[in-house]
Amino acid sequence: MEVIKITGTDDTPNVILDAEKGIIEFSGRSLPEDVLSFYGPVLQWIEEYIQSPNQKTEINIKLDYFNTASSKVILDILIYFETIAKQDKEVIVHWFYQEEDEDMEEAGEEYAEIVDVKFEMHVY
Amino acid sequence: MENVDYMKLVYQFHKDMLANRFTLVYEGEITHQITKAFTSLTENKMDSYSEDASMKRKVFHVMVECLQNLSKHAEDYKVLNGKGYSGEGIFIIGRTGDNNEDYHILTGNIIQTSKVPDMEAFLERINQLDKNGLKELFKKQMREGSLTEKGGAGLGLIDIARKTGSKLEYNFIRIDDKNSFYTLRTTIIRNQHI
Repeated sequence: MEVIKITGTDDTPNVILDAEKGIIEFSGRSLPEDVLSFYGPVLQWIEEYIQSPNQKTEINIKLDYFNTASSKVILDILIYFETIAKQDKEVIVHWFYQEEDEDMEEAGEEYAEIVDVKFEMHVY
Repeated sequence: MENVDYMKLVYQFHKDMLANRFTLVYEGEITHQITKAFTSLTENKMDSYSEDASMKRKVFHVMVECLQNLSKHAEDYKVLNGKGYSGEGIFIIGRTGDNNEDYHILTGNIIQTSKVPDMEAFLERINQLDKNGLKELFKKQMREGSLTEKGGAGLGLIDIARKTGSKLEYNFIRIDDKNSFYTLRTTIIRNQHI
């Protein structure tokens, strides 16, 4: 599968989708004007990836801000990986938050409660 | 309006803004570009007096959700060039509290009178919930809701209530059978332990 790298802007995140390495990464800010058109191709790539996923997939989420529409998309992404985690594939979500950003820390904890995937929390 | 003394009106606007501690007042089309411009303007202003990082994050967050609500839900929204939305409304941000330590964000827009009861019930439901109740409602809505074609997740108001820890203040003024004017005030209180 093609490696997708999207460079972030002031309202869209940096995205890396690398099937060979089993790495999915989002960093920066996410408040796109049109959340569906920005994340549409990302979701399409993930749908294809989970058809034949790596033995191990690491999802790095290092966002310093995301709006509520993006929070829904992040959940949708994580739910895709929940399905492969149930098929004995290893999936780890690395959730990064800044030292005093309690809201971001809490957001990670909430996703970990909703989705049945292994989470590791990291302060950066 | 006839015989308006515009020179005096400008001075009056100026005095009213200062007296009410409004730092930004805007009436008109709310687009994504406007949302970005207002948030960066406010961030720069907060940087100029070294506002606390947590307050900055909260103000930014609430501004984005309020502005996106206006651009997506105001009754007379338009589709822009096939993508993106704009709505008409009024947006105000100002300082509040005894020592200007808090912020409030006020918005106003037209909604259909027929939608008022549902909107009011939703706002009331949010206001009746405590911290934990809001968290559960947010999680439920995130799981069970789906994005509308306008990219709304139905999470904005719940999130504002969670992030500010304050009750949402709202009002509906009936314009006529068809339209009403909806105003929302959210307050970001410093050192609110939520």
